[in-house]
Amino acid sequence: MALQSLDIIRRSATTTPPPGVRQTEKLAKLIDISKCIGCKACQVACMEWNDTRDAIGHNHGVLDDPMDLTENSWTVMRYSEVETDRGLEWLIRKDGCMHCADPGCLKACPAPGAIVQYSNGIVDFHEENCIGCGYCITGCPFNIPRLSKKDSKVYKCTLCADRVAVGLEPACVKTCPTGAIVFGTKEKMIQHAEERLVDLKERGYAHAGLYNPKGVGGTHVMYVLPHADAPSLYHGLPDEPKIDFWVAFWKGAAKPIGNWLLGLVAFAAFLHYITVGPNEADEANDKEPEHAGGKP
Amino acid sequence: MTNHWVDIKNANVIIVMGGNAAEAHPCGFKWVTEAKAHNQAKFIVIDPRFTRSASVADLYAPLRTGTDIAFLGGVINYLLSHDKIQHEYVKAYTNASFIVADGYKFGEGLFSGYDEATRTYDRSSWAYEIGPDGYAKIDETMQNRRCVLQLLKSHYSRYTPETVSGICGTPKETFLKVCELIATTSVPNRTLTFMYALGWTQHSVGSQMIRTAAMVQLLLGNVGMAGGGVNALRGHSNIQGLTDLGLLSDLLPGYLTLPRENETDYQAYIAKRALKPLRPGQMSYWQNYGKFHVSLMKAWYGANATTGNNWCYDWLPKLDKVYDVLQVFELMAQGKLNGYVCQGFNPLGSIPNKAKLIKAMSQLKYLVVIDPLATETSCFWENHGDYNDVDPAKIATEVIRLPSTCFAEENGSLTNSGRWLQWHYKGAPPPGDAKPDADIIAGIFLKLRELYRKEGGAFPDPILNLTWDYAIPHAPAPEELAREYNGKALADLTDPKDPTKVLMKRGQLLDGFAQLRDDGSTSCGCWLYSGAWTEKGNMMARRDNYDPSGLGSTLNWAFAWPANRRVLYNRASCDLQGRPWDPNRKLVYWDGIKWTGADVPDFKPDSAPAEGMSPFIMQPEGVGRLFALDKMAEGPFPEHYEPFETPIATNPLHPRVISNPAARVFRDDLAAFGTSKEYPYAATTYRVTEHFHFWTKHTLLSSILQPEQFVEIGEELAKEKGIRAGDLVKVWSKRGFIKAKAVVTKRIKPLKVNGTTVYHVGIPIHWGFKGIARDGYLANTLTPFVGDANTQTPEFKSFLVNIEKA
Repeated sequence: MALQSLDIIRRSATTTPPPGVRQTEKLAKLIDISKCIGCKACQVACMEWNDTRDAIGHNHGVLDDPMDLTENSWTVMRYSEVETDRGLEWLIRKDGCMHCADPGCLKACPAPGAIVQYSNGIVDFHEENCIGCGYCITGCPFNIPRLSKKDSKVYKCTLCADRVAVGLEPACVKTCPTGAIVFGTKEKMIQHAEERLVDLKERGYAHAGLYNPKGVGGTHVMYVLPHADAPSLYHGLPDEPKIDFWVAFWKGAAKPIGNWLLGLVAFAAFLHYITVGPNEADEANDKEPEHAGGKP
Repeated sequence: MTNHWVDIKNANVIIVMGGNAAEAHPCGFKWVTEAKAHNQAKFIVIDPRFTRSASVADLYAPLRTGTDIAFLGGVINYLLSHDKIQHEYVKAYTNASFIVADGYKFGEGLFSGYDEATRTYDRSSWAYEIGPDGYAKIDETMQNRRCVLQLLKSHYSRYTPETVSGICGTPKETFLKVCELIATTSVPNRTLTFMYALGWTQHSVGSQMIRTAAMVQLLLGNVGMAGGGVNALRGHSNIQGLTDLGLLSDLLPGYLTLPRENETDYQAYIAKRALKPLRPGQMSYWQNYGKFHVSLMKAWYGANATTGNNWCYDWLPKLDKVYDVLQVFELMAQGKLNGYVCQGFNPLGSIPNKAKLIKAMSQLKYLVVIDPLATETSCFWENHGDYNDVDPAKIATEVIRLPSTCFAEENGSLTNSGRWLQWHYKGAPPPGDAKPDADIIAGIFLKLRELYRKEGGAFPDPILNLTWDYAIPHAPAPEELAREYNGKALADLTDPKDPTKVLMKRGQLLDGFAQLRDDGSTSCGCWLYSGAWTEKGNMMARRDNYDPSGLGSTLNWAFAWPANRRVLYNRASCDLQGRPWDPNRKLVYWDGIKWTGADVPDFKPDSAPAEGMSPFIMQPEGVGRLFALDKMAEGPFPEHYEPFETPIATNPLHPRVISNPAARVFRDDLAAFGTSKEYPYAATTYRVTEHFHFWTKHTLLSSILQPEQFVEIGEELAKEKGIRAGDLVKVWSKRGFIKAKAVVTKRIKPLKVNGTTVYHVGIPIHWGFKGIARDGYLANTLTPFVGDANTQTPEFKSFLVNIEKA
């Protein structure tokens, strides 16, 4: 359900124009990997605020738990042990929705209003409109949305759209003990990141950088990466994420062609109707086939 | 902490060693990230494992568990041999120039005075040479070969980088890099801070590890400085408070000490503790011991404590020995102790060698457990298969469980690591019949008193005469208890200089411990906490974070003991003339008339620098001790001793004295130590950030984050043993076994030690047979029953195990 319908700027599978009387500032969450200690407090805060709980699982030979994003865990910590020119590094990344400016999930979604984008940049799922087709999962370049087997709806981080709507920071930001997660206008977050990059470069991370990938129009969740030249070191963070060609094509370039084709078909049908007239059924064709119900 | 959490942001170099602050203290760790982000601090982690702290460190140095003294001894040697010490500070503010008495010796791993039969030292030779004037002799040139500096140099000259590397397994270059970074703080305006926790305390030489760090800090001139100090990160929200109020069995509140059984004479008891200055013009603040002691006895016994009965001195227990937890469970195992009250404590998980504990508790007549949770201890008699394989039919112990409230279900104060007493308020009513601990203890006390009244007893006086004037006797309010420990005037207190002037009216709450008297006119439940609740109100509830100096010295936020002081020994942050060593970090300074500044001066406020009083006012000699005199059980200089279970079966420094010669070992436990032949791997226990001790396995969120018991091993050991990540493995020591999932990691590397390769096995605690996380084994099934020679804190951090795929 839209808590802020006034602020919706894009709506899946919808052609009517968005409301236009109000514009909000672009917001962003910045995750500074160089300050993150992988304490999982953000995972707890996320579950607490959203009242979701995964089942108690198992240890799988790593510290990650739950092992993957689920319909109940909208953020998880990913731990990577990597040997770099600095020796062993333990890279810890908080994974979750990146809130792309150009969201592949929204583009892919065929259910009207199941995915919306607010003018502040948040991409939100409105599960009551979700038809469970899973196209958003295909459409996401970061492999984030998760389909619940229980209710056939797809779930992911909302960037605490409900908290943000009333002027609060997301729950994970509020709880982060080391200040590794910060939140504010996208502009300020970029400034904050630049300050951090100065410090990281002084410490010898020559390739430190901000992860705000162009391929998805930039994101409203960004990372400060000590090794920005190789994002995939961080548990497979895409080096150059972009919306899948076929999703982009199908919902992009193909869509006007499709519409045009649809129009053509309708026109042809109309032409057929006025030139040939309607089909009329005769009784013989209405009879049930004799072998109906029998084995072929 | 000598300093406090916020002060970490002022450091230039931060060392986490003997702890894992990011993992175990994530909230306080924000000050490390702050120091890095805004003070360009360099952050070093020294640990057997590449920890969560190491993941954000500038430099990580591996070392073998239990070898921290070798490492830090090597640092001392480096600082002395490279002349990287703060000379003026060392000369004036430490005992470097003091002459040590002739009898003191060290050789072959032993100090003078050792008695092998009792495993103790006669410490009388660990002393200063005293001149005819009664003062300790010093040599200002520090050239005398018997002066502390020279003895120190000679003692640590053996700790060369090669020796350090050979013992610790730290690559020599890495060790030297650490030394270089540490040495950058020997200049007056740079500081290093040490952050440690149980990774130092839980060794048979734990206290000496901490002392070695303190010595490094004295040599660098970093004690008393903003961003300096030796900082203990406490493991429970109020364990500092518990310590302050007398945690150890031989302590009274405020670090006053219980008399020993030979101390039957009250005056001698006080005189032994009210130490006279050992140098001219020194404060020797413990001279006030009598004031603190008498005020405590007045708080306990009120009008019954009089000068005539030596303030009820005869009612105090006189110890024949220290009753630490190891001693208590030893007595229990011997059947000599048959009732046990266990409050907020889960010894079955928290004391070593579970098998011994089960045996001991099975012999009790009764066990009372006061706890909010159904602990393993309270269920020790239940059979839980392999996890707790006991036969309930054979255990006759009566177990009484008294449910208590959690901190959030009551008002009260918590004392944090930085010595801040912070008041908190009840957030929710307790469930069921749970009661605050104070109510439970009050109930037991009132019942006992009734029984003594009715039936008498061998020694009823201390019970019958205890002051118990709470508004609701069976429910003392936290506010009442707080005012009791703050203290009050029992009569009008007049100015000693002008008896017509009344400073405090009878009944008024005191402003601080400076007002305490030894004539019975004041009462105070804990002198260090005096000032926490004054006539102005509850100082602990203050929440003004105004910080004019920018140093985090928020004097109107809560109350810090002692006297609201934020950095201990802060007089040492100034030179001899009273000017701050670092003009940019002015904690205190002499303004020409008095000591003043951003912090409460830790000094006599009107003592001009020219008077020559030294900064360490609690010490009779006024200076920091590089040479510890007779204060430590195993010697005045820390020496590297191997863990009692050592993977190298020798001590490369002195093969004939391998482990701490003064550590107390009970005979049966000696037999339960394993050797490296049968148990080749160095094991260490620790916490993970997702859990808090044995509590959070009872909560859903923490159990989701870390659901199942695991152990951590390096890839190399895993390969050797054919263990893959996620396999179930069996880990066993001479005392028992556990089974857990294997986490195989690059973060635990094999170390080259004394010509062999040492592998570590990391064993997180947290799991047990109660709670909602997956059942697991109590990690203390494996750990050895031996403790630090001074505190008896068990050696949980270094022992031996074997491992195989289950």
